[in-house]
Amino acid sequence: MADVEAPLTILYFAWLRERTGTAQESVTPPAGTATVGELIAWLEQRSPGYASAFANRRTVRCAVNQEFADPATRIGPGDEVAFFPPVTGG
Amino acid sequence: MSRISVQTENFDIGAEFAALTAGRTDIGGIGCFVGAVRGPVTAMTLEHYPAMTERAIACIVEEAERRWSLLACTVIHRYGRLCAGENIVLVLTAAPHRQPALDATAFLIDWLKTKAPFWKKEESASGGESWVEARLEDDAAAARW
Repeated sequence: MADVEAPLTILYFAWLRERTGTAQESVTPPAGTATVGELIAWLEQRSPGYASAFANRRTVRCAVNQEFADPATRIGPGDEVAFFPPVTGG
Repeated sequence: MSRISVQTENFDIGAEFAALTAGRTDIGGIGCFVGAVRGPVTAMTLEHYPAMTERAIACIVEEAERRWSLLACTVIHRYGRLCAGENIVLVLTAAPHRQPALDATAFLIDWLKTKAPFWKKEESASGGESWVEARLEDDAAAARW
């Protein structure tokens, strides 16, 4: 899939949820947004809270459609993209 | 044969043990790991990614089943607010012999810690709250398998 043309569902967990002030939202990024990394670049410009959430990229993990992903992972219309810190279960 | 549950309520280790082994005579060894909330934190809240958690745990269990000759396996992981001393996670594995049971149990908890979408927020006696940071030792423990 080339560009995101339909809304994406974005989920935030743990301190990414706290910093963005959002648990879940539906967004339509600009045309040409084709990867998770490009989505982050757009999201972090939305507000100081978003900028803070994504400030240290090394501590941000992601999943696309409930599968672990990385900044190079391609995204398409209707995808569910989740952002979270490294997991700490067990 | 595996049982996976992500739940808020506590688990009954004896009942899970009995369910794992009921009617079987082919099990020679059973591995068991229980993770608990350890002081001095007074409590912690576990958050997870509901749509992904069970699938992620199932992938980890499938990997264990590929690597060892497991006869049965149980993974129960709790979420929500848990106080010091409460159980967090249960791993049970049954195999024909002790080594696969013990190794698969260690593998499962190591991978659960680094590959299942849970996040812990700790509460201290002073009333402070902080997110638990992932530890390099946990990554190293997961990478040794």
